[in-house]
Amino acid sequence: MHFGPHLLLAALEGLVTSAVLALTALGLSLVFGVMRIVNVAHGEFFMLGAVLAWAISTAISGHPAIGFAAALVIAPLLVGLVAFLAEWLVLRRLNYNPESTIVATIGMLYIIQQLALTFYGPEARPVEPPFSYRILLPWFGYSGYKLSVVAASAILLVITWLVLTRTKIGMIMRATQYDRETAQAFGIPVERVYAGVFAVGAMLAAIAAVLIVPISQAHYLMGQDPLLLSFIVVIIGGLGSLRGTVVAAVLIGLSDGIISMFFSPTLAKIIATLVVAMVLVFRPQGLFGTAPR
Amino acid sequence: MRDASPAKTYALHIGVIALLFALNFVLPDYHQGLFARIMALAVFAMGYNLLFGYVGLLSLGHAMFFSAGLYGAGLTVYHLGWGVPEAFLAGVICGALLALVVGLLALRTSGVAFMIVTMMFAQVFYLLILYFAAWTGGDQGLVIQQASRVFSIGGASFDLTDPIVRYMSALSLFAIVLLVTLAVVRSRFGRVLVAIRENEERTKMLGYDTVANKLAAVVASGAICAASGAAYALLFGYVGSNFASIQYSILPLLWVLLGGAATTLGPLIGTLFMYYVTDITSGFTSAYLLIVGVALILLVLFAPKGIMGSIRQRWLGWLP
Repeated sequence: MHFGPHLLLAALEGLVTSAVLALTALGLSLVFGVMRIVNVAHGEFFMLGAVLAWAISTAISGHPAIGFAAALVIAPLLVGLVAFLAEWLVLRRLNYNPESTIVATIGMLYIIQQLALTFYGPEARPVEPPFSYRILLPWFGYSGYKLSVVAASAILLVITWLVLTRTKIGMIMRATQYDRETAQAFGIPVERVYAGVFAVGAMLAAIAAVLIVPISQAHYLMGQDPLLLSFIVVIIGGLGSLRGTVVAAVLIGLSDGIISMFFSPTLAKIIATLVVAMVLVFRPQGLFGTAPR
Repeated sequence: MRDASPAKTYALHIGVIALLFALNFVLPDYHQGLFARIMALAVFAMGYNLLFGYVGLLSLGHAMFFSAGLYGAGLTVYHLGWGVPEAFLAGVICGALLALVVGLLALRTSGVAFMIVTMMFAQVFYLLILYFAAWTGGDQGLVIQQASRVFSIGGASFDLTDPIVRYMSALSLFAIVLLVTLAVVRSRFGRVLVAIRENEERTKMLGYDTVANKLAAVVASGAICAASGAAYALLFGYVGSNFASIQYSILPLLWVLLGGAATTLGPLIGTLFMYYVTDITSGFTSAYLLIVGVALILLVLFAPKGIMGSIRQRWLGWLP
């Protein structure tokens, strides 16, 4: 294959990564933006989504599309429930103290990971894609499913944006984000908003995982990379900025796809992590963020 | 931080060291080995505690300082054939230098950003170890041969593979670091650190250079953690990349939280307790991480002051 098509392939792969990353990072960004806490267990909600998707799609016989559709609905709901319980049982009692919540979510990370290992096992298992249509390009065939993942992610991002900017729920969330105490004084049930945001953030990660699991398999350690990449995206995009998150996800996804196709993936990760650490040190509001809080 | 009874305080710490010395002759072989490991790792926890407990800076990247010591000592022995004392010193210097660089950069941030930045630097360090697998052995690690773990001081020869020498070496390091930490937290410098933790702006207004003090604390903490790593490599003869992974940044946090942040003896108690809990439960279940996770959550929910912190609050106000 020549350089041009090779680059196109790398870019397409990068675009799929970006799509999934944007959803996952959006969840992390919402939780950070509204609740001002860092959820270290976010990657595990992603993993839980993928593992549940496998469990649901294997439990349902018939055409793979039926199982997949069921997983796409049920897995995020279950993950949302787990997140809701975690928020209700632990985070609320910590009064959302940033440092205590980090320690507590590290604890959740270990618990979820260990439970997945115990009940799901150390194997990586695939989920059958709902359809296997291949789009024939002049140089190579490309999976139609992968492109539909990009489309699905774009639709979900637009919906989230509409909810945040055009609905009353979105307004309540933004009000809570802007000033918690004033929002409470105006009768906004801040605690319920927090619980909802935490659950929705986890559900976004779970949806992203269900979408990706027919492409890459479900594994109990698969939450590590999305967590780190989401951190990177959220920091580069500016904490709490939706547009910045999407732009950064596309940037990181594409460069990750292209760099790791031509160089060592470890080297790509080292460079990306170092760049992001430097961004955080020298430009804490992110590349696209506005003034610091 | 009451300073009413220095004699009582020193007596307690000397007593703990004497007790550990005596245990060497009482403990069965298996537990003697475990205690040597616990004392070496308690030094790691003490280094972490200096920054987390006294300055209030929560780092999620201390595995890099531990493994800087580990590799600084391990690689110089393995590749350059250095002796034990030189290699140990090399490890500590590596850790201190790394801490200086990381501190200069990371201290520009605070709060949540500080945690994420330290975590990312540690991740870079971890990936570098994997990337240079040709020298570091990658995730397979390197085994340091018995022959290169023998050294002599003043004519007397010490073999670190011998259980008693190993125990006594770990104890010596532990005792030195414990007494140094005690002296530091009782010194002027230690008080400034606590003042920074309680109210950084006010400390600044009182005329203290808070950035320089924090940097000094990061370097001291990094050097102590590196000493622990270097000792670990030389005492147990193995270096590997999993000591640089995020898990080894979380463990000292767990030990310190459990034992009691900002207490001098807390790190030892936390490490001891957690090690034995893991050791006992691993007889029933392999779900070791589950216990770590549950312990972390229960601690932040119900005992944020840890074991020694609670004892100090309830009964012994003079505990340092």
